Amino acid sequence: MAVEREYELSPLDRIILNLIQKEFPLHHRPFQALAELAGCTEEEALESVKALREKGIIRRVGAVFDSQKLGFVSTLVALQAVPEKLEEIAVRVSALAGVTHNYQRDHAFNLWFTLTCQTQEELFRTLAEMETLPGVVKLRSLPALRLFKIGVYFKL
Amino acid sequence: MISDLDKKIVSYFQGDIPLTLTPYEDLAREIGITEEELLDRLAALETKGVLRRVGALLAHYRAGYSSNGMCAWRVPLDRVEEAGRIMASFPQASHVYQRPVYSDWPFNLFSMLHGTNREEVEGVAREMSKRTGISDYTILYSTREFKKAGMRYY
Repeated sequence: MAVEREYELSPLDRIILNLIQKEFPLHHRPFQALAELAGCTEEEALESVKALREKGIIRRVGAVFDSQKLGFVSTLVALQAVPEKLEEIAVRVSALAGVTHNYQRDHAFNLWFTLTCQTQEELFRTLAEMETLPGVVKLRSLPALRLFKIGVYFKL
Repeated sequence: MISDLDKKIVSYFQGDIPLTLTPYEDLAREIGITEEELLDRLAALETKGVLRRVGALLAHYRAGYSSNGMCAWRVPLDRVEEAGRIMASFPQASHVYQRPVYSDWPFNLFSMLHGTNREEVEGVAREMSKRTGISDYTILYSTREFKKAGMRYY
């Protein structure tokens, strides 16, 4: 997945990315607040973020919620698929709204995805159904038992 | 419990918020509340831990971090706490979780590592190994991304 970086980040882009990854200010004029920290104008801050969003360097500006605190249950699933069925299985898995990350990995468990459901029953039922898909050798549910860190931060 | 208003707020913030000079004002109008009410609710959700943050999520490979490895460690239970804390202190680790084990999956601590290439990721894992004293680990690289999306709750 080595995608070339096709957009040269300006020094201001870097400052703004380092700030906005951590927090988009809860403020009437958030870009004004960002601009004060970055040392630019409000318009420059807005234009920088818009351009980074359009170039796809920013995937999303929005909120990150704790799914558990919203009452949802989630798990990480390690699935072993026979290689010739892997893609078909991956597409079926990706079609589920509760699957947010789904990757092929270089391991006997060759498909890894996160699954979030409204209830534990729904989660178990979904996993049981997946287990019966043709080409699925086995799957293991690996729910988080303890969280030490969640914080995607990339120093730029 | 999550109120109907909070559900509505979540539904507007789980996707992209508008990139305008006054996004909260604009969203509050759509939700049908005042901006002040919206900012108060968001602050309250943050205090309760329901809202982790409002911020930007990066496509890290486009920002130059093209290599990410899921590093899975086999850690004796009485050392998970210490090892987890040490791993969490590495800026190159974005997620550190303890997870259950199975007969065919003996690794109980996970750290997601990011770098500009595999050598860098492997260097971080070696440093973590040295600092934690845990030498039994494996790094699983993603070879294909089938899906990466934000969760839509409501």
